[in-house]
Amino acid sequence: MSVTAAAIQPSRPVRLALVGSPNAGKTTLFNALTGSSARVGNYAGVTVERREGMLKGSNGQVIILDLPGTYALRGESPDERIVEKVLEGKLAGEAEVDGIVAVADATTLRRGLGLVRQLLSHRRPTILVLTMIDEVRARGGRIDVRGLARQLGIPVVGVVGHRGVGIDQVIRLLRDPWHWPQPKTWPPADEDPLRRFAWVDAVCKAVGADELPPDRRTDRIDRWLLHPVFGLVTLAVVLIVFFQSIFTWAAPAMDTIDAIFTGLAAFCRDVLPSGWLTELWAGGVITGVGSVLVFLPQIVILFTFVHLLNDLGYMARAAFVLDRVMGWVGLQGRSFVPLLSCFACAVPGIMATRTIASPRERLATILVAPFMTCSARLPVYTLLIAAFVPARTVWGPVGLQGLVMLGLYLLGACTALLSAALLSSTLLRGTPSVFYMELPPYRWPTFRLLIRQVWGSAYAFLKRAGTIILAVSVVMWCLLSIPRAPQIPGLSAAEQARANLEASVAGRLGQAIEPAIRPLGFDWKIGVGLIASLAAREVMVSTLAQIHAVGNPDDYEGLREALRRDIDPITGRRHFTLATALSLLVFFVFALQCTSTMVVMARETGSWRWPAFAFGYMLSLAWVASFITYQAATALELG
Amino acid sequence: MSKHHESNKLGIPLQRLPVGRWARLVDNVPRKISPRFLDLGFVPGTRLKIVRRAPLGDPIEIEIRGTRLCFRRSQLRGLRVVLEDETEP
Repeated sequence: MSVTAAAIQPSRPVRLALVGSPNAGKTTLFNALTGSSARVGNYAGVTVERREGMLKGSNGQVIILDLPGTYALRGESPDERIVEKVLEGKLAGEAEVDGIVAVADATTLRRGLGLVRQLLSHRRPTILVLTMIDEVRARGGRIDVRGLARQLGIPVVGVVGHRGVGIDQVIRLLRDPWHWPQPKTWPPADEDPLRRFAWVDAVCKAVGADELPPDRRTDRIDRWLLHPVFGLVTLAVVLIVFFQSIFTWAAPAMDTIDAIFTGLAAFCRDVLPSGWLTELWAGGVITGVGSVLVFLPQIVILFTFVHLLNDLGYMARAAFVLDRVMGWVGLQGRSFVPLLSCFACAVPGIMATRTIASPRERLATILVAPFMTCSARLPVYTLLIAAFVPARTVWGPVGLQGLVMLGLYLLGACTALLSAALLSSTLLRGTPSVFYMELPPYRWPTFRLLIRQVWGSAYAFLKRAGTIILAVSVVMWCLLSIPRAPQIPGLSAAEQARANLEASVAGRLGQAIEPAIRPLGFDWKIGVGLIASLAAREVMVSTLAQIHAVGNPDDYEGLREALRRDIDPITGRRHFTLATALSLLVFFVFALQCTSTMVVMARETGSWRWPAFAFGYMLSLAWVASFITYQAATALELG
Repeated sequence: MSKHHESNKLGIPLQRLPVGRWARLVDNVPRKISPRFLDLGFVPGTRLKIVRRAPLGDPIEIEIRGTRLCFRRSQLRGLRVVLEDETEP
């Protein structure tokens, strides 16, 4: 390194921005460059996800900022505006970048170079990383990396991100942006797109980068998956397998986890001296957290499916097939992917709406997103379905329980679409914005990236179990145990426990709201669960588990059995009938019981008006729908 | 003869382009077209073809500049193309 170069180097670390269009392989490249040092957060003031990491082997001297994917600068969506602002150094709280790492998919060079040209107009040191160069060769094309570097006047490196080809060369270059060659002339800041693409076409011609023949494998697959009939059939099959697998594949692992926690609680009661502290530990913490952790296998399967379908390229196809339907209700295909992510969790789903450029459609998508069945509802659904819906086979491997589950998902999705139609024809009227979406070639996802994504999602769930749910569990245990009813001699242990429960703070709260929920078929115990589940839906399960464990500590053999056997001592009838279970399921389909969703909604829309509105209308809808369900089910004597 | 030439220059609406036929965008890009199209490379003279329509008829998948993008038909209003073999004399 020369002395002069060292002199112009600032003492702070070098900051480089990674910019490229969606599907250009930016994430894979970022992971390859930074290893596991990535830190995920948000940009100050806005909720666009911000990822940065240290370049491997740079001892923290080179920081890489992964900017959101964008097709062009001067965009309309919040994601695209962030890219622009960061590059201009105008984003508050964000240090200026020293150089730009443009990422372009080598198979779509004729489009990708348009963005590169726009990036060059920022007059910062820039290099171009061409991804997926192996695909160009496989499709019979060729790519003249050196010729391209000559034409552009900047360094160009071809890589195959997931195999690590070319990564070392990129890392070497990134350590020292001060010595990158720079173009002789920079493009003007506000270049006419016609001129920009004329330049692109000229460059492509000069380096002999012809348009590639389409990927034949993708073509063959699409002929089936996007076929007018088979396309729809495939989509239906994918969805059925999706829901069936959540039930059947997860069952053994769930039973194991359940047994471990039930055993652990019993063990604590045996070993520790009896007293309220032991009870808090065994009945509060272990039972509460355990009853939610049971659902980890299902969460893992769900997220594996979502990420796998997305990485394979099928998610975009599903959006393509269903866009027409989305159009009927005033949404667009772009709304589809955020809504589908809501099957995992509404929080990332709502955050994913930032790719929707039009504020009107974005708001509509945000407002209906909580109707999509998120993974936090899964514990409640699974519990009630397993306890009250017979495990019959309907046809082949398809069981009744899986079908009921699918029905609940469909009910949520249909309600989301209907509400969207209602909103976009009343509150949010206007003309739809330009919708476009890329159908990327089918690609095998790399195993490591998949594991990483699934682990990230599972970790978020575990963190919730360790924080919110743990805290609510402890609070609920206290509310369920204090104050105690006076000891009445002659009462059996179970009757005394029941009296204690009724006298507790939570018990009284539940009884206070009972008149409002009685028409829905809910007793005060469910009322307690509903109040607790306002924090997070899955708390319903841990609270019910605690109620039954507290009410019947000696004979607790799992929540499912406890619900089935809960008999009213006066009437001799079961508390939980099929009618009650159905009504409760319907309530959970509609109600917005999730603090995190409301917070993120407020952040994304910039006011608490919209989450308050959503909470109100969803709760009213839940009450009415549960009322109808319960009354109809009782009339049909399903109870 | 001149009438034929005229229709060549104006081309046909992109939505009416038969599936699978290559065509080129005509010169006069109307002003009402969103700048988004230009940023995506929908500039005059660019080759494109309709790959397929979605199973429900809309949107349509377009191959342009080596990429496959899909658009709603209504949004393509105003874009006109000339079938490729017609441009060659």
